[in-house]
Amino acid sequence: MNSPTCTDLSPVAACLKEADTMNGDSKKESSLVKIKVLFFVRARDITGLSEMPLEVSSRSTTQDYLKKLLVMFLSLEEIQGCVVLALNEEYAVDTIVVQDEDELAIIPPISGG
Amino acid sequence: MAAEDDKNLVEISENTIDIARYMNYVSAPQAGAIATFAGTTRDTFESKTVLELRYEAYVPMAIRCIKSICSSARVSWNLYSIAVAHRLGTVPVGETSIFIAVSSVHRADALEACRFIIDEVKATVPIWKKEVYSNGEVWKENSEFLERRSDLGNKDVDCSAKMAESMERSNKKPCCGTKVKVDDDVSQK
Repeated sequence: MNSPTCTDLSPVAACLKEADTMNGDSKKESSLVKIKVLFFVRARDITGLSEMPLEVSSRSTTQDYLKKLLVMFLSLEEIQGCVVLALNEEYAVDTIVVQDEDELAIIPPISGG
Repeated sequence: MAAEDDKNLVEISENTIDIARYMNYVSAPQAGAIATFAGTTRDTFESKTVLELRYEAYVPMAIRCIKSICSSARVSWNLYSIAVAHRLGTVPVGETSIFIAVSSVHRADALEACRFIIDEVKATVPIWKKEVYSNGEVWKENSEFLERRSDLGNKDVDCSAKMAESMERSNKKPCCGTKVKVDDDVSQK
């Protein structure tokens, strides 16, 4: 699980390093997971995307992904307080660890009916 | 999920909702009652003129959620058949956006389950509507969702005891986490 390149770093630094070097030659495939992120309605309006691929270090949680997205799309902060996350079509707690090829959806307030 | 022999029909599509078809689906000689709910596009909101509603959904999750709600309703009430249809895309004023039909041997089960299903759909199913006015538009937000939001995110924590029971039946995590909690409320009435 641990990437050899990160052994001399603190866990936080290791994660940052992994994220920063995700395209680097030295990365081991196993240290990254690649998922699909879906944006609906207001989240889509803000990001301008309905979906995107996203790579983060393995053992990242749904909350870690949300934090990463908030850095990529600053305006997502507007709706951060009212969205819910869904992982593989089920509402998810913030602490669930995301697996490779998972589908993470940003669910803004719903209004069906 | 529903047992193999449960008669549930869940449809989400851009087609006009054919009410007669769903009534026909739930009707049966052994069912003495059919309760229905139809949600239709209203022409005004807070004195603004509404031209139309535009719906969209996270379709596969929405279908799973509604099926999960149907299963949950069957735990609380003795139901014969359930049909839930939700329309997507543009729904002009006066037309139906959601239709629910529930049949049961006696009326109380169908009536109460129908109310439960529409309330749960509004609180937990990932479907959205944009209200289009003559001078603007807005994504709507159901108050039922906002009240339940934190529960949805923490279902495994908040509902663990009941959740275990629910998962035992299905061997699968329910899509809409807090439905069991609502069952409790209903049973206390």
